Amino acid sequence: MALLQAFILLFVAAAGAGVVLSRDPLAQAVAISFYGLLLALMFLLFQAPDVALSQLVVGAVTLPLMILLTLARARKDLEERQRRRPRAPESPEDREGPQPAEEPP
Amino acid sequence: MSARLRLSLFAVGAAGLGALLVWGLSCLPPAGSFSGAYGELLARSAQGERRVTDVVAAINFDYRGFDTLGEEFILFTSVLGVVMLLRKQRGEARDRRGARDDRSRGRERAPASDAVWALSLLLVGITDCFGLYLISHGQVSPGGGFQGGAVLATAALVVFLASDARTFRAVAPTRRVEQGEAVGAAGFLAVGFLGLFAGRPFLTNVLPLGSPGQINSSGTILALNLTVGLEVAGGFVLVLTAFVSETLLRRSRARR
Repeated sequence: MALLQAFILLFVAAAGAGVVLSRDPLAQAVAISFYGLLLALMFLLFQAPDVALSQLVVGAVTLPLMILLTLARARKDLEERQRRRPRAPESPEDREGPQPAEEPP
Repeated sequence: MSARLRLSLFAVGAAGLGALLVWGLSCLPPAGSFSGAYGELLARSAQGERRVTDVVAAINFDYRGFDTLGEEFILFTSVLGVVMLLRKQRGEARDRRGARDDRSRGRERAPASDAVWALSLLLVGITDCFGLYLISHGQVSPGGGFQGGAVLATAALVVFLASDARTFRAVAPTRRVEQGEAVGAAGFLAVGFLGLFAGRPFLTNVLPLGSPGQINSSGTILALNLTVGLEVAGGFVLVLTAFVSETLLRRSRARR
């Protein structure tokens, strides 16, 4: 058990560093989800199953999803501004560029 | 400031921090040791006093139930804040353009495959059952209202991931979810008032306690778990609804 605990602590430290060191927000959202999963496992190994359950849902699922949705919104704003800039008259035919994301990947 | 000076300054700071950390860590009690009188006491007496087999539930919803009431309303207030900040504002129109463009170019989003649908249906069923189990068995096994409510909310999330934002809103109609959250929050207070009606302090465990290990044991702890489950599930779904509609259904306001 002590060995497992030591391993999970090392993994959590490595994953935390990975979250901080990944510079692309999209990659960071995925990394933080993985980090949340490891944290849940750590709580489980340290005999706190209640906390592990909360951490699993909040840290590994909900928080990354909110980050992804926020990123989708920011990208949508950016694309809209880029689309508006080159041409003044807007008709349905001359809209170019990637479409706003309907769904987070 | 030159690069070398900066580096040497960092080296001094890092060395100092490292020394302090090592010093602090070496003075920690060994892993797993706990010196708190209340912990020992409650671990021994909770099962006899409150007929629970999960002492954590007894502490959260009974011995310090008043703190949990405060925590629940922290969650309630933050959900309220998120929903207010992301509310529909003047000048924001529904975004229909993205969908229309997609159709006109023959590049509409592919509908989810049968495999995704089948898997998500399965997951929704399992997630719902697991969430309800966690909420109703908080007094018997690890889990409880908060964890179960959050798990229940992810069932709606699975629907969103397998389909789209509109289906998500159809599965979790905002008005009903709001009502559920409000009823859950008010229910906690109502269970608290049961104690007052019985002539005892607020949030006293006045319901019949049953026998440990049974689902109907622990009196108000079970009742509080049910209300908290409703409140947390509603709150999480509301926050997700606010995020989803702000992100995907509305056109941006940025007309600068």
